[in-house]
Amino acid sequence: MPVITKTSYSEPNQKGYFGAYGGKFVPETLIPALNELERAYKEASEDPEFEKEYLYLLREYVGRPTELSFANRLTEYYGKAKIYLKREDLCHTGAHKINNAIGQILLALRMGKKRIIAETGAGQHGVATATACAKFGVQCVVYMGEEDMVRQKLNVDRMRLMGAEVRGVSSGSKTLKDATNEAIRDWVTNVEDTFYIIGSVVGPHPYPMMVRNFHRIIGDETKRQLMEMEGRLPDYLIACVGGGSNAMGIFYPFINDDVHIIGIEAGGLGVDSGQTAATLTKGRPGVLHGSMSYLLHDQEGQIELAHSISAGLDYPGIGPEHAYLHDTKRVEYRAVTDAQALEAVSLLSRMEGIIPALETAHAFAWLEELMPTTTSDEIVVLNCSGRGDKDMETISKYL
Amino acid sequence: MNRINKVFEHKKNEKIMSLFITAGYPDVTETVDLVLGFERNGADIIELGIPFSDPLADGPTIQYSSNIAISKGITIQGIFDMVVDIRKESEIPIVLMGYINPMLRFGLDNFFTAAAKAGVDGLIVPDLPLDEGGMIDELARANGIQLIYLIAPNTSDERMQLSDQKSDGFVYCVSVTGVTGAREGSEVQQSVDKFIQRSKANITKNPLMVGFGIKNFDDAQNISKEVDGFIVGSALIETIRTSYPSEQWKEVVFDFVHQLKFGYSRN
Ligand SMILES: Cc1ncc(COP(=O)(O)O)c(C=O)c1O
Repeated sequence: MPVITKTSYSEPNQKGYFGAYGGKFVPETLIPALNELERAYKEASEDPEFEKEYLYLLREYVGRPTELSFANRLTEYYGKAKIYLKREDLCHTGAHKINNAIGQILLALRMGKKRIIAETGAGQHGVATATACAKFGVQCVVYMGEEDMVRQKLNVDRMRLMGAEVRGVSSGSKTLKDATNEAIRDWVTNVEDTFYIIGSVVGPHPYPMMVRNFHRIIGDETKRQLMEMEGRLPDYLIACVGGGSNAMGIFYPFINDDVHIIGIEAGGLGVDSGQTAATLTKGRPGVLHGSMSYLLHDQEGQIELAHSISAGLDYPGIGPEHAYLHDTKRVEYRAVTDAQALEAVSLLSRMEGIIPALETAHAFAWLEELMPTTTSDEIVVLNCSGRGDKDMETISKYL
Repeated sequence: MNRINKVFEHKKNEKIMSLFITAGYPDVTETVDLVLGFERNGADIIELGIPFSDPLADGPTIQYSSNIAISKGITIQGIFDMVVDIRKESEIPIVLMGYINPMLRFGLDNFFTAAAKAGVDGLIVPDLPLDEGGMIDELARANGIQLIYLIAPNTSDERMQLSDQKSDGFVYCVSVTGVTGAREGSEVQQSVDKFIQRSKANITKNPLMVGFGIKNFDDAQNISKEVDGFIVGSALIETIRTSYPSEQWKEVVFDFVHQLKFGYSRN
């Protein structure tokens, strides 16, 4: 049941902690860069000109506000609560990731940085960053695991077409975790002139807070749109959680409201199969990529390889704010398997004519569990974080 | 007196050489023997690396040695056992160097108690900057483990002074902004002089050791002329990588160590 927070939510604290999670666990070389970023971000967020330009680009270039679509056939299919979809798949480049990429590149330019680096899993953040860099004519290097370069080939080609250099990463599991290691190593080396655009609510402070704030427009719009359409707040909010940026974006503006919020992790072959990416369900607190959060790691503290059919969720960590919302029970976290996600792809495609990204499909798959428990006077809002074109090769194998 | 302080006290007229080796590389059965051999050939301090799967401050060489050690089944308890074995024959200062996650998983309380009991002298945690050091400062002090913080060329004067305050044993000067790994001599030398001058002005309580990118005697002498000593890691591991497991590999490695410290072969 939803826990209503009586006091208003004000995480993170000055040191970048959400309860016990967050912080700045980075080599000394990056501390001046993080402090500089913190100052610049604070200044920018107090500057009306910055907000104006950010909102202008989101409107004129990204195509915001995105629609809040009533999913009438899906609603009929379950015969219970009304289902609305927040259509982040309609953003330019096909996923929510661009909201953050635009915010961060404006900040990078304001700070006089000449070179942009990013990590990517599904390629959506890489594409969003490459897009923003093309739009502003800035040099762009994207690190991507070699396995992900195969399963998201379309996005590799898109990045290259827009002039980004895609560097394959062959260490470890050759996926998002390893791409992030390489991006951090690049940043440590080129810290003077390089801005690291992190793609989710992960990493050292101030990234988790800043990325959340660049995505909160998703939740702010949702609230306004649903007020206009239904005159009230939703009963349920659902989003998929990899690092957790699309989820924080839609959840955050509702944190103090009486709304039941659910985050869906990637269960892979099953949360107990040893082949999973369900960090909150199976992990324990630990430190990876600059912050304290839940993490999949073994007895010796070595990071375990995650598994998910979806490259964007195939990550053994999760943003520190989600760890906090999990421990305080403000948000309920659940997992669905690869197979359930694939079924959801085909259901949504047939019912609504929307082919969701494999990441997004995880959130849809939870409707199977949730909908029977709802009533017809309730409202469910699901964050449709991205579209599935990039995943067609993977999906086709299961058709 | 702590073993680290003693070394700096007793060897004022030479450059202190600290050698980094990943525990368990090239095999868990070799670490003790390597450390003892390093000491016989001129090492003054040993930094024993606790391998981590995702060493984000390290270049390819230490990533590689860490992966090998993990695949050979290295554990933190195993590293403490190695220290116990080394202590049966040697009083060389031993500094553990590792990322925070394996220590957290082991349990910080247990980690510091076991480290002290095994005979560890100091600790370096590359992903635990001063800002987060609060989580181990007290435990380290209570167990007599000296914490060594790192400073980099972009570290402010103010933070250098704070690092000096919070460090014990020595302060670790990271000569370049970047990850670990051997570099070309000129790359290291560039602008390093200015950084070292600034470090000397700000680090007044502790000795200064400089590291990152040193690969031979000349590099070491050049870069450490104004400080107390130097640290070599990747170049040593690279030497092991190219010679192991040939019949004479250990002789090759020990000779490399001897040359690093003295500038000439031991034969
Ligand atoms: C469409 C889509 N949804 C979700 C995610 C997962 O990231 P996050 O949890 O940060 O939203 C990704 C990541 O690539 C994505 O492309």
